[in-house]
Amino acid sequence: MLVIEKNALSEEIEGYVKKYGSDRSALLMILHEIQNRDRHISEFVQQEVARLLNIHPVEVYSVISFFAFLNSNPKGRNLVRICQTISCDMHGKAGAVHAIERELGIKVGETTKDNKFTLEYANCLGLCDMGPAMAINDQVYTKLTPEKAVELLSKVK
Amino acid sequence: MELPKQKRTGAVIFSEYKRGDAIKKIIIMSREDILFELKESKLKGRGGAGFPTSTKWMLTAASKSDQKFLVCNADEGEPGTFKDRVLLIEYPELVFDGMVVGGYTIGASHGIFYLRGEYEYLLKSLHAYLDEMRKDNLLGKNILGKEGFDFDISIFLGSGAYVCGEETALIESLEGHRGEPRNRPPYPISNGYLGKPTSVNNVETLCTVAHIVLKGGQWFSKVGTDKSSGSKLFSVSGDCEKPGVYELPWGTKVSELLKLVEAKNTKAVQIGGASGMCIPKSQFDRTLAYEDVATGGSVIIFNESRNMLHVLKNFIEFFVDESCGQCTPCRIGNVKLLEGVEMIQNGNFTFANINKLKELGKTMQVASKCGLGQSSPNPFISILENFNDEIFNSANGGNHGK
Repeated sequence: MLVIEKNALSEEIEGYVKKYGSDRSALLMILHEIQNRDRHISEFVQQEVARLLNIHPVEVYSVISFFAFLNSNPKGRNLVRICQTISCDMHGKAGAVHAIERELGIKVGETTKDNKFTLEYANCLGLCDMGPAMAINDQVYTKLTPEKAVELLSKVK
Repeated sequence: MELPKQKRTGAVIFSEYKRGDAIKKIIIMSREDILFELKESKLKGRGGAGFPTSTKWMLTAASKSDQKFLVCNADEGEPGTFKDRVLLIEYPELVFDGMVVGGYTIGASHGIFYLRGEYEYLLKSLHAYLDEMRKDNLLGKNILGKEGFDFDISIFLGSGAYVCGEETALIESLEGHRGEPRNRPPYPISNGYLGKPTSVNNVETLCTVAHIVLKGGQWFSKVGTDKSSGSKLFSVSGDCEKPGVYELPWGTKVSELLKLVEAKNTKAVQIGGASGMCIPKSQFDRTLAYEDVATGGSVIIFNESRNMLHVLKNFIEFFVDESCGQCTPCRIGNVKLLEGVEMIQNGNFTFANINKLKELGKTMQVASKCGLGQSSPNPFISILENFNDEIFNSANGGNHGK
């Protein structure tokens, strides 16, 4: 990473610390902002956040490793999560998953070569009455069919 | 994507209410009056555990501290539960008015709304709603002109951990730690967020409170049964014509609910989500109430075509995924239960082993640290017992749980 990029990133993190406070209780909200932006939280970011909140970097890593929505390894630009819990499972989750896997040429848990999509399973998205459900980044889509699932992905930039 | 809204009717939560009604009512009430109405109502917490709300608030109110917190637990992660989503999209006035009432009652000036990460798409509209409330002086300093009545709400976003629905794990994550449950006691009512007295309440509980302070505890306790007062939201999904959220009085029979949602050829109903129990056809006359089948509201319906072992495997996989790993019974126990299910699936099991695993499940129920491990063996035990024939004897002319 270039020094100039590092400086810009540090500045941005300082902005989040200003917004949410420098107490440890601000940690998750700060991590969330960075996760949303970069789709991962790099070691450099972990160290910067730790420095600004006055905690050990490994404490930040520990929190990241606990939560399903935070990760330290890079992921694709768009995160596709398909609900695997029972109601969505019964209404044909598998068909939608297979269609997406075929179309993108990857399996669940993998990232496409152009880094555009990462495909994952999620536990209950709370859309059980409209399953199968899928989330692309922070937006949700319901009543998927294999065709509809693929069509939705083709609209993503 | 916009999720559809619909016109709903119900005895309590879906009855008529306008924004600020409850707040206008409480500014002329004392805290004791509110606690009295809640006690009269016999309202129990709607998250699933069923702790009396009046007792929780009375104890938090009685705790001495310079600062207290009211936390609204919108981390609904139980498979098959989506009532909070509906409440937040269609009835935000009830949720946030309920929080203001709670803050006033326990003496907190800061409310924290803990929204699960999966519901991030609601964040924008909720922020906009809170801004409107601030404009109308329903939040902020000296609410509705009442001197010293200060209360404001901030929204905190979770990050996809089921266990954070447990109140002490939720508080841990609010404080910026791993969401691992704490030993209790001490309870949050005395040592909660940042060590201060904290009341953690479910979204539906707070919605109900807004109606109770407006219409009275007696009005509420007239609905439902003697031990389970009022009504409950049920999130119905699975094999039925009309899935969705229904408000029904406690004491409704399972069979009545199935009729209402037009479920056909029903073989089994999972009540209380993955951590609840699975009841077969022979028990459909049981009632939904704290004294019989208690539930946080999740109802998943399975028809004759469903393979109950597949259902069980889905549930146990969920728990293996979501166990926080802190205590041994839950971390290892769930993996062992999953191995057991896989053995049955492969036809490579002994009954001695399966009986041992049922024993293990009972051990997990008493030895786990929090509700996750204490309730995760429920589907294992109830499905294997109630669908014994389908699972173990179907090759020998079993009757498929009928």
